[in-house]
Amino acid sequence: MPSAPLIELRNVSKRFGGVRALDDVSLTLDTARIHCLAGENGSGKSTLIKIVSGVYQPDEGEILIDGKPVGKLDPATSIAHGVQVIYQDFSLFPTLSVVENLALNSFLREGRQRIDWRRARKMAREVLARLDVKLDLDATVETLPAAGRQIVAIARAMLADARLIIMDEPTTTLTGREVERLFRIVRDLQDQGIATLFVSHKMREMLEISEHLTVFRNGKKVTEGPIADFDERAITRAMTGRDLHQGKFTAPDTTGKTPRLELRNVSVGDKAQNIDLTLMPGEIVGLSGLIGAGRKAIAQAIFGLRQDMTGEMRLDGQPIAPSSVPEAIAAGLAYVPEDRLSEGLFLTRSIRDNSIVSSLERFAPRLWLNSEKAAAQTRKMFEEMAISAPGIDAPVGTLSGGNAQRVMIGRWLMTHARVLILNGPTVGVDVGSKEQIHGIIQDLTRKNDLAVLMISDDMPELAANCNRVLCMREGRITGELSGATLTEEALDAALSNETQGEPA
Amino acid sequence: MSFLRSSDAIILVILAVAMVLIGLVNPAFWQMSNLFSLLKSNVVIGIMALGVLLVMISGGIDVSFTAFAVAGMYLVVKVMVALDYNGVILPFMSATLIGGLLGLMNAGIIHRFSMIPLIVTLGTASVVRGLVLGLVGTSNVNINKMPTALIEFGKTDLLVLERANGSTYGLTAMVAVYLGLALLLHLVLKHTMIGRSVYAYGADPEAAKRVGFSTGRTMIFVYVTAGALAGFSGLLHSSMIWLANPRDFVGLELDVIAAVVLGGASIFGGRGTVLGTVLGVFILVMIQNSLILMGIDTTWQRVVVGAMLIAAVTVTALRDRRALV
Repeated sequence: MPSAPLIELRNVSKRFGGVRALDDVSLTLDTARIHCLAGENGSGKSTLIKIVSGVYQPDEGEILIDGKPVGKLDPATSIAHGVQVIYQDFSLFPTLSVVENLALNSFLREGRQRIDWRRARKMAREVLARLDVKLDLDATVETLPAAGRQIVAIARAMLADARLIIMDEPTTTLTGREVERLFRIVRDLQDQGIATLFVSHKMREMLEISEHLTVFRNGKKVTEGPIADFDERAITRAMTGRDLHQGKFTAPDTTGKTPRLELRNVSVGDKAQNIDLTLMPGEIVGLSGLIGAGRKAIAQAIFGLRQDMTGEMRLDGQPIAPSSVPEAIAAGLAYVPEDRLSEGLFLTRSIRDNSIVSSLERFAPRLWLNSEKAAAQTRKMFEEMAISAPGIDAPVGTLSGGNAQRVMIGRWLMTHARVLILNGPTVGVDVGSKEQIHGIIQDLTRKNDLAVLMISDDMPELAANCNRVLCMREGRITGELSGATLTEEALDAALSNETQGEPA
Repeated sequence: MSFLRSSDAIILVILAVAMVLIGLVNPAFWQMSNLFSLLKSNVVIGIMALGVLLVMISGGIDVSFTAFAVAGMYLVVKVMVALDYNGVILPFMSATLIGGLLGLMNAGIIHRFSMIPLIVTLGTASVVRGLVLGLVGTSNVNINKMPTALIEFGKTDLLVLERANGSTYGLTAMVAVYLGLALLLHLVLKHTMIGRSVYAYGADPEAAKRVGFSTGRTMIFVYVTAGALAGFSGLLHSSMIWLANPRDFVGLELDVIAAVVLGGASIFGGRGTVLGTVLGVFILVMIQNSLILMGIDTTWQRVVVGAMLIAAVTVTALRDRRALV
């Protein structure tokens, strides 16, 4: 008789008010298996994580651990059974050292009153050796890059005698090479008998790392099976309930036209050197590279956010040098930052307020705001961007990632921007919504003769939406892919040629 | 060694440089009698600063400690006078207890209603000061009425030296009380789970909860200890100046907070050391002391303290921001 599965959920349902977050879901997680849970936002993935970790109790159904039913699963019981969740924010202590972040958890579980620093160091060294990574034990966690913090979180889970580690969207902040290392670690964990539940919506990763896949949609399990039974198309169809088509974007013929934006020999502090870049009207140009390659610095410099730019910049043939954001906006430049929550949107304000904020002088030429005009134009943008919300007065904080991003992009259309810089345009956005946003960007570019500079770590995104992609490394443009040479594989290759050895 | 890279080392260097500069401007600074009086001025503000440090590591700001110090001091002295009680240990325990209970009130409000510590402590400070003046009394207890045991205790010296002219001066034993408390707090912060829970809570309250710290217990520890230190320091102050003034310590909050920030604690929480705070207090007191020695008007001292606070906050904020990137 095969041994009982590590965790088994039988016909579990969970309701919040009238909403069925999980509807009659059964799921089996085996010992030492790498399992992937896929689904769009709101499909019930997070509810499931919280049920397995004991944060929520199911309304119906039962949970079995090691084949035995557990009556009520609370967080402490779940941890005692070896379930560890690594949340997206890692839940680490940024100002404390690596050692302490690793040891506190275990000392707490052992009910200790005093800290044995020597033992803490020993534990930290041993667990990092098991993971085969090197970290400065005395460094404070805040000084580590995201990948390093993730390793601390994984190591901490291991110290808690984890048998199942649940990772919630673990690769969103990692570069290609760091993802490779994460996968190596997950496979090592598997060899040590630890199961991993990946919660993700990134196709390529699911296909590469997991052995077993379960797809959720609207709180129901849609399909599951060994990964070999799936391909990208099948997963997408299961997640969204429809077929998505990703055509390639082609730019119109631009011969003889004046470049929309031209950078000549531009340097930005020590972040970027000797950048030459031309954006023709109607073009979507991608910018690929690792974090720290200088992509963000260029975007910020164009948008007047950096004072340390040298070189020449021309917009429609006219030299410009915006030294502040208002100047850049007035010139027709627009920038959608990577972190729209902290750098872009006013979460407690309405869609209307967020939309008109960059073009206020048009809606409030004198002291007072022309509300009718503002509402009318916001509604027009609302339609154009196909935002799904109760209305333009809904606070942006209540919107999903995809809709919030549409507001962000829509804001710039209201400024009549001629150059749109997008940094991570679909980070944290669902597959379905993502495709729609891509469609909108492409339509707008064609229709309004925009010139778009798209910074992204998402290779399929760059391949599908750009007519050209520039590759950056250590502050320089090192290559260009376009036409037939612009493929995901080529982009991946360009990126992985860049660095040798493991990232810190 | 990691100490050399730490904030504490930088503060130590700043202190050394400042001492050399002050010594050059005013050689009288290095006289033993001046150094002794300097150390004496460190005691009360230093003990208060230990409490503020604790609150600041937990990510809060406390402005109620001066009010709690007044409450502990004035109530205890008044009761001693009324009962004609003359002793040391019981009064100090009472003042500490009063401060601790008031701190418990802070902890309760802040934790139960998840309120901003600055606003809560502003409120409790005002309430406590008002209650002391309204219910207990408004007049000073002067030296002629002060319990003699307290005065004698405040006069205790560790070491007595003789000047050339035959008069003597001493190093007050209260310095040992202060440094003893500092050492105790250092050990608790560095080597116990409750101490580390304060850092953890200050670094990220949500993460502290998820790891399994009882955050309510941490809050109680922080604010009760801060209150107790305040109550204790209040009575110690009155036994050192032989006077109990119910309107004492007004405006001292700023000096103490400035000293703690000067000592490298982060106003964002999660960062700060006892050694840094002790050094920060010393720097602040030394600069105030030198301004007096140089004959600079006391009103200008407020300008200096305010400027030092802003400078220290700016520097530490820049440090913390850099670390966050």
